Amino acid sequence: MAGVPSKLRYRPFNLGRWLTWGLTALVMVVLPQIFTQGYAITLMSQMGIMIVFALSYNMLLGQGGMLSFGHAVYSGLGAYVAVHILNLAGAGKIWMPLSLLPLVGGLGGAFFGVLFGYVTTKRAGTTFAMITLGIAVLVDTWATMSRAFFGGEQGVSTDRVIGKPFLGITYGPGVQVYYLIAVWCLVSMALMYAWSHTPLGRIANAVRDNPERAEFIGYDTQRVRWFTLIISAFFAGISGGLSTINFEIVTPDVVSLSASGGVLLATFIGGIGFFFGPILGAVVFSFFAVALSNYTNAWQFYLGLFFVLMVMYAPGGIASIIVMQLQLIARKRFWRIAPHYLAAGASGLVLLAALILTVEMTYQLSENSANGTVMNLFGVNFDCAKALPWAVAVGLWIVGGILFNLARQRVARVWGEIQTELLQARA
Amino acid sequence: MNAHALELKAVSKSFGNTAIIRGVDLAIAQGERHALIGPNGAGKSTLFNLISGRYPVSGGKILLNGDSITGLKPFEINRKGLSRSFQITNIFQRMSVFENLRCAVLWSLGYKYSFWHQLKELKDANRSAEEVMEAIGLKGRRDTPAGVLSYAEQRALEIGITIAGGAGVILLDEPTAGMSRTETADAVELIRKVSQGKTLIMVEHDMGVIFDLADRISVLVYGELIASDKPENIRGNQAVQEAYLGTEAH
Repeated sequence: MAGVPSKLRYRPFNLGRWLTWGLTALVMVVLPQIFTQGYAITLMSQMGIMIVFALSYNMLLGQGGMLSFGHAVYSGLGAYVAVHILNLAGAGKIWMPLSLLPLVGGLGGAFFGVLFGYVTTKRAGTTFAMITLGIAVLVDTWATMSRAFFGGEQGVSTDRVIGKPFLGITYGPGVQVYYLIAVWCLVSMALMYAWSHTPLGRIANAVRDNPERAEFIGYDTQRVRWFTLIISAFFAGISGGLSTINFEIVTPDVVSLSASGGVLLATFIGGIGFFFGPILGAVVFSFFAVALSNYTNAWQFYLGLFFVLMVMYAPGGIASIIVMQLQLIARKRFWRIAPHYLAAGASGLVLLAALILTVEMTYQLSENSANGTVMNLFGVNFDCAKALPWAVAVGLWIVGGILFNLARQRVARVWGEIQTELLQARA
Repeated sequence: MNAHALELKAVSKSFGNTAIIRGVDLAIAQGERHALIGPNGAGKSTLFNLISGRYPVSGGKILLNGDSITGLKPFEINRKGLSRSFQITNIFQRMSVFENLRCAVLWSLGYKYSFWHQLKELKDANRSAEEVMEAIGLKGRRDTPAGVLSYAEQRALEIGITIAGGAGVILLDEPTAGMSRTETADAVELIRKVSQGKTLIMVEHDMGVIFDLADRISVLVYGELIASDKPENIRGNQAVQEAYLGTEAH
């Protein structure tokens, strides 16, 4: 049986994969039927846009090993191209169905990917990161100078309801926009997943791991990086086009450094080592940016802190934490460590309460002092100028700190035991 | 194909004021197995780096199958049919053995920068990768990440990646360095097998390996070729003996 693989490897119909994609699609369809409030629809729409953006960013960071500080340049310029085309279509000057507008954004992003990417991808590593930062600053400045294209500080507004309704779809109601975003999100996800299994996608991994050897198997590593960036910029542009439709306004903020920083945060929090990592990251990030920002002006502080903790203690992101637990479950060890997780989680909540109390009281005293010192947190009214709330905060810090430290040691010990067992079982 | 597989004409290389390679002339015939030997620091690896485009030459010309490859980049030289291995293992550590080899066949099969093919559908690439994997004896390690292979296995994979693209001229830099006696014997058999019908140039220290494999031997000392001849003539060459045994005062 020479030449025949020992086991069947090429499955034309991969049941697990179809199930995963089918379930993802089902969740996307069903969610707005469960959470029907306008606020939930807004949140989910932004999650969908961010998923596309974060996945496109991970083509660079995770797959290609390119740390970019300026990825919002491509989504943002894509959004601007889309908004101008939409306005032309709205004025009846060109024909353009709204459903296809994200594609316009994608082509816009790809165009600037060809242009800027040619410069940035000349080098890899730190130099690449520096040049992307330079390009980001450049475009950010350009946005304040060129009013015709960027619309000055107030940006460019638009109206997404154009043309005649098709099958009753006007794209006026938020839920219709959500479904448009969901379709584009699903298609983009599938295409980006497929890309990671193409020759270019695999060679991008090779260039990430060992650029020198890639040159000696026939690949021009500059080209590999450039082409990867163009495709990544295309999908970033699609997310930009979707945001144009969703917000009906594009302001220079979309090309800002903080937008570029946001996608880096989201992607890293989710985990760059797995395809689904950035999807989780995008969901968490949108939750911070959309939901949490309704409750506290310090949401960026919490996000930043969360990011720092992830980088320090779980550099593989949420995805790697999940995958590690799945491995424990598969080897029937999860239930042994689960109680310790629970203890760590509970004591972690105490620490979180201490953190929130401290941050919100500080915020009330400094930024929000015009509104007095009486504030409401978790349904309790209190005066943060008094000593008692601060004493409570200190108490929570101490108790939470001690308990969490104990629980953390337990988790580490049991984790170590389990790993040793698994290693011995393998040997 | 009357041209030499590889021809070096007065090739030189200096780093700053230090001349490492001093006017090397060398012609290697099609299908020849050629060994490059010399004391440590003679410039053997540097010469490989010049031929494969890792470093630019300071002077002289390099011809591959009669065409100049002087000044070309590594990937351009590779596409013209020259492939090399490295003295220090240089593989894709995080990828599986199979993925390493599949990456190495993609360009030569014409898939280039394709983002419209799915890898699992590429029957020719998958078959080639499987064949090379079989040839280098790593079939049982198909899905193992290259970084966790044993040293000898990594050296075999290093050779596998080098030959997978089907290059006609193969440069192997110390393929058996650091190997045990049995591992070396296996490696020699592997090299003999995979260099069938190809031109092979290897840097090697193990004289057993050299006299076993090489049709001709070149001796490089302080960046100069002092001899290039058949093994039996090299063995009796006075200058070579002096260089190796150090009878010449320096």
